[in-house]
Amino acid sequence: MADIAVKSGEEARDVARPGLLQKTFLKNLPAKIAALPMMATVLVVFVGCTIWTIYYSFTNSKLLPTGKFVGFEQYERLFAANRWNISVTNLLTYGAMSLVLTLGLGFLLAVLMDQKIRFESAFRTIMLYPFALSFIVTGLVWQWIMNPTLGLQGAIRNLGWEGFTFDWISNPRMVLFALLIAGLWQGVGFCMVLMLAGLRGVDEEIWKAARVDGIPTWRTYISIVLPMMRGVLVTAVVLIGSGIVRLYDLVVALTNGGPGISSEVPAKYVVNYMFSGGNIGQAMAAATMMLVTVLIIMVPWAYLEFGGKGKRA
Amino acid sequence: MSNTATMSGSAPAASGPAGEARGPRPRPFFTPKKIMLYTTLIFFSLYFLFPLYVMVSTSFKTMPEIRFGSIFALPSQINFDAWVRAWTSACTGLTCNGLSPGFWNSVKITIPSTIVSIFIAAINGYALVNWRFKGSEIFFSILIFGSFIPYQVMLYPLVIITRELGIFGKLEAVILIHTIFGMPILTLLFRNYFASLPQELFKAARVDGAGFWRIFFEIMLPMSLPIFVVALILQITGIWNDFLFGAVFAGTHNQPMTVQLNNIVNSAQGTPEYNVNMAATVLTGLVPLIVYFVSGKLFVRGVAAGAVKG
Repeated sequence: MADIAVKSGEEARDVARPGLLQKTFLKNLPAKIAALPMMATVLVVFVGCTIWTIYYSFTNSKLLPTGKFVGFEQYERLFAANRWNISVTNLLTYGAMSLVLTLGLGFLLAVLMDQKIRFESAFRTIMLYPFALSFIVTGLVWQWIMNPTLGLQGAIRNLGWEGFTFDWISNPRMVLFALLIAGLWQGVGFCMVLMLAGLRGVDEEIWKAARVDGIPTWRTYISIVLPMMRGVLVTAVVLIGSGIVRLYDLVVALTNGGPGISSEVPAKYVVNYMFSGGNIGQAMAAATMMLVTVLIIMVPWAYLEFGGKGKRA
Repeated sequence: MSNTATMSGSAPAASGPAGEARGPRPRPFFTPKKIMLYTTLIFFSLYFLFPLYVMVSTSFKTMPEIRFGSIFALPSQINFDAWVRAWTSACTGLTCNGLSPGFWNSVKITIPSTIVSIFIAAINGYALVNWRFKGSEIFFSILIFGSFIPYQVMLYPLVIITRELGIFGKLEAVILIHTIFGMPILTLLFRNYFASLPQELFKAARVDGAGFWRIFFEIMLPMSLPIFVVALILQITGIWNDFLFGAVFAGTHNQPMTVQLNNIVNSAQGTPEYNVNMAATVLTGLVPLIVYFVSGKLFVRGVAAGAVKG
């Protein structure tokens, strides 16, 4: 009797199991199979590799990731390293200038483009084309233009202005501005396009109301239109910001960190220690610090933008 | 008509508090405001155009002309020597075969990466919109969030993974990496696009008994041509311009054009040949520039699509 009861119970479970299986695995099976590359990317790369990097930042791995767990030793060395501190200071200085100027110039140009001008598409084409180019191309062109003897400086001195100096690329104190000129050249057009889309998205009625109230045009832009473009502004800040943290190619092409180490950036520090420096633990600690920086920027933004959306997901 | 009336009516009011009369609207040219406007725009245009001019004009000069002339000067005659040398015999570190191997490597990387990454992203977007399953939105959120993680964070583990797969230093590795890192933005593009299509179409196909793949290939894919073009532009320019992944994953024999270009210019021995350098730079920039000029407004849509999230 008892035997039979147990058996029937097992049978019942056996029947129930495919049901459960069907619910979790078989339902929508083709979609799940199709989404496997996405799931693999998310789990292996974005989650897995990030955790791997964080873990190995706590080891003393040198050429190979085989080191022992050493706690925060790598981080202590990182923050004691002159080159890292210069890299961080450079990134902060460059980042602040680049963010402000890209946004400012992007907005200014968008406003100018919004004045019902002629040849609008020609101007837009001219301003945006650098964005299509590689940072390597941008860096090399500006390296040539800023060449102290044969570039802009030499040419203007030959015109008769002997005292003209534009040696930023070989001057440790000015080299960040050299990077900035090249970076702005590439990025401002894109910011302008974003801002222009934002300006065009503002309701025409707002403009009419502002005109009726006799508010000057510039005032309307600054005090009324700009706050209404919050979405575009936030997007632009996040995009420019994440681009700044990643700054690597441009530095490699334009200055290669020089003169000396005066234009080093964190991304380059990581790559150098990872491949030519042969110090995996140190590179991972630096990479983790980059990740922390991005999180500090991203989390408040994600909270503001998607905080309400989390419920839907 | 009524619009111009309001504008001209409000012009004095607008300039009133500022004190100076800023010229009424009806006369469209040579008002101080217009002159300021166009002067500023032309000034910025010169800033944006100057490097292009320098790049092209330097590439046509001879070295003595560069050494004794001005960077502003036009070449005395169109001289293609530097272009030929850049393409066939400029030295990239050890070998002196010019940029052409890099060009073909870039082609071999860009074409499959673009196709694979767009195809996978289209399927992702389709599955995310029409075949939602438990957890699909969570995967998507992590994917988007992941696109902001600096590449350097994931670089070394990916080197190990590709080495274990036996593809490190081969073209397959670069293609895989481009597919992975192109996925967030492309999936977002396709997801938003498929979500904007009328859902009745999908439902009707379902009622008629069509399955996942049939609906995808026969209904969704043919309808997604516009977003395909945008994705194509985004990927071709993005992958062509990549430097980091090519430098790390491609190995010495498969270096893409950007890596070779950087080697030609920055690790050349002997006296630098600026005309060859600039010819090589123009050559590397040519593909994305052609894509940009041919695609026109679609390029703007492509980059803006990348920006408009959520």
